[in-house]
Amino acid sequence: MTRWLEALGDKVFLWMTNMGKVLMFLLQTVRWATGRPFYLKNLFKQMEQIGVNSVPVVLTTALSTGMVLALQSYTGFKRFGATSLIGAVVSLSMTRELGPVLTGLMVAGRAGASMAAELGTMKVTEQIDALATLATNPIKYLVVPRFLASIIMMFFLTALGVFIGIVGGYFVGVKVLDTNPVVYINQSIDNTKVSDIWYGLIKSLVFGAVVGLIGCYKGFTTEGGAEGVGKATTGAVVVSCMLILVLDYFLSALLW
Amino acid sequence: MSMIEIINIHKHFGSQHVLRGVNLAVEQGESMTVIGGSGSGKSVLIKHIIGLLFPDRGQVVVDGQLVNKLDEQGLNELRKKFGMLFQGAALFDSLTVWENVGFALKQHSKHSAKEIRAIATEKLALVGLKGVEDKMPAELSGGMKKRVGLARAIAMGPAIILYDEPTTGLDPIMADAINDLIIDLRKKLGVTSVTITHDMHSAYKISDRIAMLYKGEILEVGTPDEIRKTDNPIVHQFITGSAVGPITAE
Repeated sequence: MTRWLEALGDKVFLWMTNMGKVLMFLLQTVRWATGRPFYLKNLFKQMEQIGVNSVPVVLTTALSTGMVLALQSYTGFKRFGATSLIGAVVSLSMTRELGPVLTGLMVAGRAGASMAAELGTMKVTEQIDALATLATNPIKYLVVPRFLASIIMMFFLTALGVFIGIVGGYFVGVKVLDTNPVVYINQSIDNTKVSDIWYGLIKSLVFGAVVGLIGCYKGFTTEGGAEGVGKATTGAVVVSCMLILVLDYFLSALLW
Repeated sequence: MSMIEIINIHKHFGSQHVLRGVNLAVEQGESMTVIGGSGSGKSVLIKHIIGLLFPDRGQVVVDGQLVNKLDEQGLNELRKKFGMLFQGAALFDSLTVWENVGFALKQHSKHSAKEIRAIATEKLALVGLKGVEDKMPAELSGGMKKRVGLARAIAMGPAIILYDEPTTGLDPIMADAINDLIIDLRKKLGVTSVTITHDMHSAYKISDRIAMLYKGEILEVGTPDEIRKTDNPIVHQFITGSAVGPITAE
């Protein structure tokens, strides 16, 4: 029993230590995000890598989710004659919940992993130390552009994902399941407030920060060659996804 | 006053006591080489000089400035006086050769891209490389990477150059070419240099003085001739590369 408690204590202590380190990393990133020089070229490059290159995977996920959501809602709602509400269900689910969460998870898997792998390789090959010896702050040069690009692009990717998901739902609801298009659209608009859209987009900003922060932190703390880079990459995806799911609940509770 | 003074520094990593009270002084224009086996703390020591690591105890003084008390800006200003050649060259993968060499100039000078390229080309010529400006680091051989790393280290006209295992991983001829380059650069630029290596041929050739680091402590400091004639059995075993003696392979 004592040994079990000790092991548990060690785990909790390690977890708290790591959380403290991530928090310190975040504070440093925020500190270095202000003031010159601004590495705008790096920022735009990262916006392309994190944002533009993630468009296909986000589009596919959002389209598929919107379509499946319409199909599943139809099956359930038909049992008590509420098929007119499919549009509202798809629209609300995509804006408040599925749009930001699925986009967050997809970007964590694609861009977060890539960030951790790239920075991890730079760390183990001493490129990050080399940057410092060239009197360039590695957090300002490498982390800040990735962190900001991740937040900015998650916002736009989520907006795109929500829109495409709703289009997918409309296509299945109206064209495949033959519900009334006017009713579908009216129900969608009547039941979705502007605040619902904003809630989803606020979530996306937080998820963007999570993906950027964890991807960079895992890269910067990589140790031990190729194996270390592999672990950092996996760690970045797992931790980002877990944090997105946990924070999603608290943000939903807070923004409800 | 010495250009670099390392005063009784201690460094721990977790429970590992890596540096155990290291004292070393490097004079202006001197070429000091720190020798020692793998895991003796050589890399940790050199990283303290440029402020990549900070001691738990003790002081590092460079050009009259206490490195471990400098703020970020002060540290960056100090680092502009340094050039550092890394063991694996540490070239930035995503930049071309000339962009690597001109990196610090781009960050800290008002030169145009064209001027930076011209300076990079000149520095590359100084290390014996021509026509590689637009190549990516992945297209270069190990020896070429080291030369580009060296060109990057001297791009800002440093007062001090740190060499981390400059000849490791190179064939003997390329290793000797790098040794000649180090000597040549010192003659041309008059820099102070600190090299860490376990290559004794290189140490004898490039050094004014050699210091032996063993288990986190400096055992002996002397000219190459003095080191050759050492009475210390540990230093003697290391410089002769013998498997028999007080140092055991771990």
